[in-house]
This record gives sequence, structure tokens and C-alpha cells, in this order.
Amino acid sequence: MNLAYLRSLAARFFHRSQTESELEEELRAHIQFRADDLERSGLGRIEAERRARIEFGGHEGFKEECREAIAGNFIDVFLQDLRFGSRILRKSPGFAVVAILTIALGIGATTAIFSVVDATLLEPLPYPQSEQLVSIQDDFPGASARDVGLSEPEWQDLQRSGIFEYVSPTWFDENNLTGSSQPARVRLLIVAPNYFALLGVQPKFGRGFDPKDHSPGLIPEVVISDGLWKRVFGSDPNILSKSVRMDTDLYRIVGVMPAGFDAPGRTAEERNIEVWAATSFYGAPLSDHPPRNRRNLPTAVARLKPGLTIAAAQSRLDALVASLRKQYAADYPPQNAWTVQLVPLKERVVGNVRQSLVLLLGAVGLVLLISCVNVANLLLARASTRGREMAIRRAVGAGQARLTRQLLTESLLLSLFGGIAGLAILYLLKDFLLRLVPENLPRLNEISITWSVLLFAIIASVGSGVLFGLAPALQAGRVDLNHALKQEGRVSTGSGERARARRGLVITEFALSLVLMIAAGLLLRSFWDLLNVQLGFRPQSVISVRTRLPSPNDPSVDKYATASQEAPFVRELIRRCATLPGVEEAAIGDTASIPLDESLRDLKLISEGQFLLTVEGCAVQSHHSTVVERSSVSPDYFHLLGIPLLRGRLFNELDNDNTPQVAIINQAMAQSYWPNENPLGKRFKSVKAGAPWITIVGVIANARTQSLAQADLLQIYLDLYQTGAKRLAILLRGHFRTAAIADEVREQVQSLDPTLPVSGAQTLDETVSASLSQRQFSVEMVGLFALTALLLAGLGIYGVISYVVSERTHEIGIRLALGAQRRNILNIVFRYGLGLAMAGAAVGVICALIVSHLMASLLYGVRPTDPLTFAGVALLFIGVALVACYVPARRAMNVDPMVALRCE
Amino acid sequence: MGNEAELLPGTLDLLILKAVSLGPLHGYGVLLRIGQISGRALLIEQGALYPALFRLVRQGLLKASWGKSDNNRRAKFYELTSKGRKRLREETDGWNRLVAAIASALAARPQEI
Repeated sequence: MNLAYLRSLAARFFHRSQTESELEEELRAHIQFRADDLERSGLGRIEAERRARIEFGGHEGFKEECREAIAGNFIDVFLQDLRFGSRILRKSPGFAVVAILTIALGIGATTAIFSVVDATLLEPLPYPQSEQLVSIQDDFPGASARDVGLSEPEWQDLQRSGIFEYVSPTWFDENNLTGSSQPARVRLLIVAPNYFALLGVQPKFGRGFDPKDHSPGLIPEVVISDGLWKRVFGSDPNILSKSVRMDTDLYRIVGVMPAGFDAPGRTAEERNIEVWAATSFYGAPLSDHPPRNRRNLPTAVARLKPGLTIAAAQSRLDALVASLRKQYAADYPPQNAWTVQLVPLKERVVGNVRQSLVLLLGAVGLVLLISCVNVANLLLARASTRGREMAIRRAVGAGQARLTRQLLTESLLLSLFGGIAGLAILYLLKDFLLRLVPENLPRLNEISITWSVLLFAIIASVGSGVLFGLAPALQAGRVDLNHALKQEGRVSTGSGERARARRGLVITEFALSLVLMIAAGLLLRSFWDLLNVQLGFRPQSVISVRTRLPSPNDPSVDKYATASQEAPFVRELIRRCATLPGVEEAAIGDTASIPLDESLRDLKLISEGQFLLTVEGCAVQSHHSTVVERSSVSPDYFHLLGIPLLRGRLFNELDNDNTPQVAIINQAMAQSYWPNENPLGKRFKSVKAGAPWITIVGVIANARTQSLAQADLLQIYLDLYQTGAKRLAILLRGHFRTAAIADEVREQVQSLDPTLPVSGAQTLDETVSASLSQRQFSVEMVGLFALTALLLAGLGIYGVISYVVSERTHEIGIRLALGAQRRNILNIVFRYGLGLAMAGAAVGVICALIVSHLMASLLYGVRPTDPLTFAGVALLFIGVALVACYVPARRAMNVDPMVALRCE
Repeated sequence: MGNEAELLPGTLDLLILKAVSLGPLHGYGVLLRIGQISGRALLIEQGALYPALFRLVRQGLLKASWGKSDNNRRAKFYELTSKGRKRLREETDGWNRLVAAIASALAARPQEI
């Protein structure tokens, strides 16, 4: 692209009229010169000019070629095509509307899903240089334990290693906020003082913690969230001079975080932090010199030093780990094989929704593909009526490439309009669609129509336009001039190639829709099976209400410090709750004892770490999982939930603080650890230093209290009166209204201790279905797409069969005139349609087998090759195809042979 | 018509460049000059000339300006740019090499194989 080219370009666009008149003048001058020569050779002036003009030929043809030789010709041609294309579309508004709406549907849906995928999986986290942020994960692969947490000395080692700029352990907890009208439960994150510097975020008012503050215990300052500031403090402008009392301790509010700030957590609870407090993780209430093997810091985030990649940091970290293992051999038994992994922080936040989102994107992509195929079919049908137009254009000199370009431009016009329409609909329905998304989706508040989403919509539109426009465009270019000019308008059986193309498209459409429908069917069956799975406990008529006992920083003022201090409160509470109207049974456990509440289970895992155990008399074998689920419950828990006792006994009054700790295990654990012996009387204990031996006194049946999908997780129940727990769940069985009973429970709890918050009243049925909410969303979405695909496929087959019938009206007339029964005609049409459908089904089934294997991990209880689903969907599709054939078939049947034979 | 030769594709540009190199010309003049320097063996079709001229201008090998001809008619004159001169030299060398090679091939006799 040099200066001359640009000057030429300018001539076309900026001096267009001047260039045109110059062209005219130059050509006229040429003729004059020629005339001069001819005059000199003896002709008269007028004759000479006439001869010169004839010699030269047509002005317009030359001018056109000259114009083409000037730079930028393709733009002019493109604009010409656009003008022509829009005129053509205006002349057949029905077709245009159908095509544009179909594309709008495909592109709108795909863009919607892409915006979710973009905000969640593609965009970096909303912190500065977020690719330098990592999550630190300690594993004991030798003991099959992952994410075991780190200890304070290990944290110090990491900080001093020079790999990280900042490292901050994070400790999620709940606290009781008192001092306002009602005690409230708040989500608290305890972090190192460098946390906000690590993330690179500043509060909108006030300040964060001082990164250099290494004082022992909890710093008496907190930072609160924007949500808490509005909800509890009514957006008080003087918030920075206030203090709050959490778990009876006083803290000064030093900062308020901006609205929309989410902490980078794995669960929704961890992301919606309301209060941040800081400590250097030593000093009361923690130990003054925390030992190396006390892993009480469940999670940690870190920022790498600038310029260091995660891979480089990981190898340096591995070296550090190796040297620490040698240096402190006693704390790192070799059979645990302690390792530390750096996981990108974004992975921690979005890792467990990645697969579902990709599935959704794939499903909606199929819908877009199917709508493209539909429009391609429409275009092919139209092409047969435009054959004459194309032939005439070819006859007067248009090249095949020119015609192809023209048709492709028309397709692009359609797809761009469709894309704009789709985007417009999406924009209008934005708020409604956001409400459909499950609430616990990470980074939900970052979903919006950004530039990358718009770019995606444009690329999708252009891509679709090329995809569905290419075949008809190439097709139309290859027109047999003679044939088309003479025959168009009559019944043409000579468009065999076009008919084959349409058939191929319908089969493709069918196959794609089938794949989508089979995927939806498999997901639906998984969901249905899970919904109807044998729970092993009875959730009906049970509600759970939560409360929390405070943990003051100074243990000496803790009223509920030990299990025996707590026991009278718990006993009295159970007694009072059991007397409430409508209540038949009451029990209390820690919050992990609420069945199937994933967020609470995660909470326990995060704040108390995993329960690693060693079994008396058993060497640790690596094929045993030494990690088990545990919760503490009161004795009536099992009877309330209807979990039968298989051997031994339940907890009773004889078990208290002074007697040895007892436990009840489930059948899966008994069979895993003591397959051929009686587990009663056997002992185990936690690997934490100073843990007491626990004796097994009972075995209960397996129940799906941890996960609907897995029946045989190992489960331990400890006696609440022996272990104590700060986070309590009150379970009530009976006949009452949830709201009413929650108020009554709150009254009872606060009459015993007015500082305790009561929250989270929910029936167990609701809890069980909430545990399926993510799966339910996937099923709903994929199901919606599959139905759309089915509709489009049905329309596709209807279109093709109609077209075939109208094309062959002449032939049908002949057959009828020669004596065929009308029923035979019907059969012919149906057989044709059935043939198409079965071909589509065959291809579809093969593709579906591949796809279902890819989604195998999302399925429960159905094999990816489940014959029932495959057969059922295939039959459904063939049925739909037959229905779609019905109307055209009837039309074929009712052809009047006299009319048909005469029509051209 | 015995003197006429057929124009190989791609050589029109070369001839135009050569014609214009002998002095600035308008379109008709280029036609005449090519006929003249080729001994009337090469007669350019009028339809092919102007698109070729415009193309050469776009490629920066010719430059155009309006002026007056001998008999005081206003016409657009073309002359070589330095880039055009360079291209003419290169193309001429290339052509001569090609011609020499083909001539040598065509002169081969059975004894020389």
C-alpha cells in the first residue's frame, strides 16, 4: 500500500465526480485524436468522428473496466451488492422475516450463554494483575487427602521464601453481630493484615489493615462490606467512627468495601463476605507458638512476585517443600508425601461450574447450527425461483464469481440483521434472563454485554451468514444458461443437485437436533433418578433452624467453651423445642448434620479442616480413604431422621464429658475398615495432636446425607454432648408452618440467651431440592434448546417435503391420471419423508454416542449408551417427521390431475 | 496482415512502460507509439489500453497529469515514475533472458542431445 495506491483510492471516494468527468473527457479526447488521424487520411470530419467512435466501441464498457482498475473497486462492488440485496429482501418480506427471526433466535441464545461463559470463565478476575494470584493447596497424596490446610509456621516459611509478594491465609467463619435490634449472623473472613494489599483492592471509605501489623491475636479493627453497611447500618455516613460487637468482642470499623466487591471464594458463602477481620494467626485465642503440624488454616491465597510465572513459582515451591520435609522430618511423615500446589485463583472460584457451562455453550451452539441449516434450506428453495434472474445476469456478462459474491452478500445481510435483532432482544430481556441463572453461580454480578460479547455476536453473525450462504451461492453460480432461460417456471426435474443439497441439509438438521435431544434426555433421566433416589432418611415434615454460639477472642469469657459448659444449654433447648405446638420430635446437631446442605458442609470443611483419622491397630493403607465426613449430633437425631440402627446402640445419657468419646459409624465405614470383623468396640482418633481415642458403639444404615449421587460415603457421628459445637442446627419433626415455627424457635433460643442469632429456617424437602439446583438449571436449559431444535427440525422437514410435492405436482398429476390411488400418493410422500427422517436419525444416533461419552461425568444412574433414551428419542423424532409430512402429503393427495397436467 | 504478431499476456504493461519512457504521451499517443516502435506488428486493442493505464497508475509506475496536446486539445498525459523506470529495466532484462532461453531451446538440433 503505497502513496500511489492511496491517491488512487482517494480518487475513487473523495473526488468521485471529478474522476468520472475526467474519465469521460479522456475517452472523448481519444476519439477526437483518432478522428483527427482519420481526417488527415482524407475522410470528412463528421465521417471521421463516426468511424472513430465505432472503432472505439461502447463507452460504458470501457468506463466500467477503467473504474475497476482504480483502487478500492471491491468496496464499491460490495456496496452495490448490499443495495441490490436489500432491495431483493424487501420484495419478499415473508421470507426475510422468517429467516431473520430464525437467525435472531440462534444468535441471541448463543450470545446470551456466551456472555455468561465470558464473564465467568474467560474474563480475568476483577483484581489488578489477577493472573499473579494463586490459591495455595496443601495435599497429603500418600494418605489420599487433599486440601488439608496449612499451619502458621508453614505460612511464615512461604512468606519468607521470596516466591510470593504476599501470602494470606483465609479463614471463613460466621460470627454473631450484636448491638443492633436483632442479633445477626454475619459471614466473616479472617485474613492476614496484607489481604487487601494482596488483592490490590482498597475500601471505598476508610482504609484496609496495615500490612506490617504483626501483633498477636485479632486486631481490633474490621472492614465491612457495602451490603452490610446498607442493611445493618442504614448507609450511615459516620460509619468510620462506629464499633461493632462480634461474638462479644468489640471491633472498630475502619473501612467499607465498594459495592459489587466479591471475595475470591469457591462457594457463594465465601464470596459474599460481610466482615473482614485480621490476625497474624498467633496469640489468644490461638496458641502463642502454634506447632507446625497443627493445620488450622484451611485456605490461603497469595500473590506471586512480579514477573514470576506460576510454573516457575511451583518448581521453586517444590524445592522449598523438599527441604522443609527434610528439616522437620518429625512433622512430615514420609508416608503422607506432603506437597504444596499453586492453583490459579480463578480456577478456585469457577472450577466447579466449568463443565456445566461448556455443556450449555455446546448445546446452544448446536441450536445456532441448526438454525443456520434451516435458513440455508430456505435460501436453496428461493434459489430455484431465482434461477431465471441468475441466468439472465450470466447471459449479459456477469462472471460466476460476481454472482456468488452477490448471493453471499445477501446472506451476510440476512445474518447481520438477524444478529442485530438477536442482540436487541437479548438487551431487552437482559434482566429477566439474569433472574433465571442460579444464584450461586460465581461472578454472577460480572455478567453483562461487554465488548467481547458484542464481538462474539458479530463473528457469530458473519460466520453464520457464510455458513448458510455459501452452499446456495455456489449452487446458483453454476447455472446452465440454456436450460434455465427456457425452462424456469415449468416443473423442472433438472435441479437434482439442488434437491440433493436440500435433502442433505435436512438430514444434517435432523441429526443435530437428535443429538441435542438425546443429551437432554440423558440429563433428564439423571435428574429424575436423583430426584427419586432412595434417600435412606425421611425428610418429610422436618425443618432445620440454625443458631450460633459466640467464640470470643478471650476464651476465659466464653460461656460455651467446653462441651460440658454447652450441654445444659443444648439439653434445655431441645426440651423447650419439643414442647412447641406441632412438634413431635426435636434434635440438635452441628450444622454439618443438616442433610445435603452443601454450603454448610463446605463451611465446616473450610473452618475446621478435614478429619483425618488413624485407626487403632490398623496401619494406614493408601487405598483407604482416611478422610471421612463427620458431624456431632444429639441422641435423638437418628430417630428423627428415620435412619435405622443396624448394630450396637445409639448415644444415651451415660455418654458425657467424663466418659470416653463414643461414635456411631455408618455401614459403609464399617465395611471399609472392618470388613470381616465386628466394628463395635474398635477405636480410632484424629491425627491432630492430643486428640482422644474414640470408641465405636453403634452402626447405622447408609443414608445419602452428604450427597445424593453417592450412597456409600464414610460417615462418623459424634456425640454433641461430648464434643460440643458452636454452629448448631435445630431439627424439628412435626406439623407446623415454617415461618411460624421459626419465630417460636427464635423466642426459645433468645429466652435462653438473647445474644444468639437465629436464621436459616428451611424444610428438609427444600434443602434436598436445593442440592439439585445446579443440575436442574442444566436440564432446563438443555431441554429448552432441545425442544427448539426439534421445532426447527420439524419445520425443516415440512419445508423440504412441501417443496418436493410442489415441484412434482406435474408428476403426481400424471400418476393420478394413469390410475394411481390417492392412497398410493400419500404413501409415496410419507415414505420419502420417513426415508429422510431415518437417515437423519441414523447419523444423529452415531453422533449422539460420541457426545454422550463426552458428557458421561455429568450423568447419574444412566449409561451414556442408554438404549431406552436413544430409542425413545429416535422414535419421537420419526413421529415428528411423520406429522410434519402430513400436511404436504394431504396436499399431494388432493392434487387435481387436470390442473396439474396443465400447469407449467 | 502478415506482419502482425500476437501479444503474449502480461506484455501489454511492458510495452506501455516502454512507449511512455520515450516521452510523455496521452492514451491515443501510446497506441500510436507502440504501433510505431514495433514496426506496426503490434496493434493494441483500444479496449485493453485504458484499464491497463489506470492499473499502472494505481501501482505507482506511471503518473498522470492534464496538459495540452500538439493541436491544443486538452488531454491526460502519462509519464514514467522512477519506480516505473526501475520496473521497465527489470522487466526488459527478464524478457530478454526468457527470449534467449526459448530461442536456444528452439534451436536445438537432434545431434546436440
